[in-house]
Amino acid sequence: MQLTDNWQPSASLDVLRQRAALFQTIRNFFQQRDVLEVDTPILGRFGVTDLHLENLETTLSYFPHQRFQLQTSPEYAMKRLLAAHGQSIYQLGKVFRDDEVGRFHNPEFTMLEWYRVNFTMQDLINEVVTLLHDVLGARDVYQTTYQALFQKHLNLDPLNASVEELQNCLIKYERIADLVERETDRDTLLQLAMSLVIEPQLNKSDITVVERFPASQAALAQLDKKDERVALRFEVYVGGIELANGYQELTHAQHQQLRFDQDNHLRKQFGKETKPADFRLLKALDAGMPNCSGVALGVDRLLMLVTGISDIRQVLPFPIACA
Amino acid sequence: MANYSTNEFKAGLKIMQDGEPCNIIENEVVKPGKGQAFNRVRIRKLISGKVVEKTFKSGESVEGADVIDMELAYLYNDGEFWHFMNNETFEQLAADAKAVGESTKWLVEQDTCTLTLWNGNPIAVTPPNFVELEIVETDPGLKGDTAGTGGKPATLSTGAVVRVPLFVQTGEVVKVDTRSGEYVSRVQK
Repeated sequence: MQLTDNWQPSASLDVLRQRAALFQTIRNFFQQRDVLEVDTPILGRFGVTDLHLENLETTLSYFPHQRFQLQTSPEYAMKRLLAAHGQSIYQLGKVFRDDEVGRFHNPEFTMLEWYRVNFTMQDLINEVVTLLHDVLGARDVYQTTYQALFQKHLNLDPLNASVEELQNCLIKYERIADLVERETDRDTLLQLAMSLVIEPQLNKSDITVVERFPASQAALAQLDKKDERVALRFEVYVGGIELANGYQELTHAQHQQLRFDQDNHLRKQFGKETKPADFRLLKALDAGMPNCSGVALGVDRLLMLVTGISDIRQVLPFPIACA
Repeated sequence: MANYSTNEFKAGLKIMQDGEPCNIIENEVVKPGKGQAFNRVRIRKLISGKVVEKTFKSGESVEGADVIDMELAYLYNDGEFWHFMNNETFEQLAADAKAVGESTKWLVEQDTCTLTLWNGNPIAVTPPNFVELEIVETDPGLKGDTAGTGGKPATLSTGAVVRVPLFVQTGEVVKVDTRSGEYVSRVQK
């Protein structure tokens, strides 16, 4: 995409009104449930270690020897608040991710993230669905496990299939065949199947909840104690769009440290720069974070669903090309 | 030829795929929140003309294709090759039947055509959007008939057959849209 010289907004006044109304609906939703709105820093010392997320970086003249990172999500700071106060909280604000520009992506976007103390993953899934019903009206809910979804669409068990079995299954899809042939990373193949084969087949009018992702894609979710091959992580899709990603949260400092290390190990393997782990988050977990579940939801994408607009640029006042 | 990263993908970029130069028609990034990003790309293979979809991991590199378009005037056909000339440098280029393909029926001497060159060799010839050609054969139409009644087939001097209105006669020159192969108008001499 090219930068443009346009000064005019790309969202209509009507869409801007719908955006404001959506913010209002969200705030009312949490006020009714006694969830506290917080406003944690987006500019911070640490970024994320995630293999596939890149922070934007900047410097401050006051601290000339320290690089600062724009947050890809307020997760770490919100977890420090959880550890300190044990109170359910939400944040509605901007986050930044490098390398993403397109029909569903703008490097700066609005995220709704919330944490519910003593909620299980299922409690939180139910609350996400309630919010979506409030915003989008009645819709059918289809909840499935990651494993069942792969079995249904690909006749393949994602938890047991070997790399070779994955390749043999996916090579039948012509538009991804070349990539499947040269790709030997298991999770990359699973993500390829999910994003390019399964997601396009999900029912567009349903709210689809996919839960229990493979442990290798746990991110910051707890593993399922009954089956440690999977993590208590869920994703919500509506209208073919990935809308929200949530976890029953990892609360154990050593486990968190291990995830940071695993991420950095993968970053090295993929030829990426390793990232320092946020030791303040580790200290907070060590001091004790309550059992909780948390979820992050893309508000601009939700607004796309509200308005029926299929390009994120038309729901943003000024997308990056004219920001 | 340079390699291109998927970050540089955009419509019009020429890349090599399956040993063939290709033109990117459309590029879309699919990026899960917590996973690998992929580029879904629609490409047209410039030799076979086939449109196919390919997927790349974002960040992968692909070999570029040395493909350029040149505006050249059509000169003549010697039975085997079609000859074209650069009107500024007077340099001449010959395209074979494979490169000319269906365009042969729209080639009019001195018309400016677009030649697509891969590594300096012509792989495609695109005629101007409109050409004017003489009708060499068509059934005499009934007098009083107007355009828009379906018309009749007419054979043009290049061998092309187009549908023309009934009132258009052999020996007349007509303007044709080469993209659709449809009659546009009669050209008054």
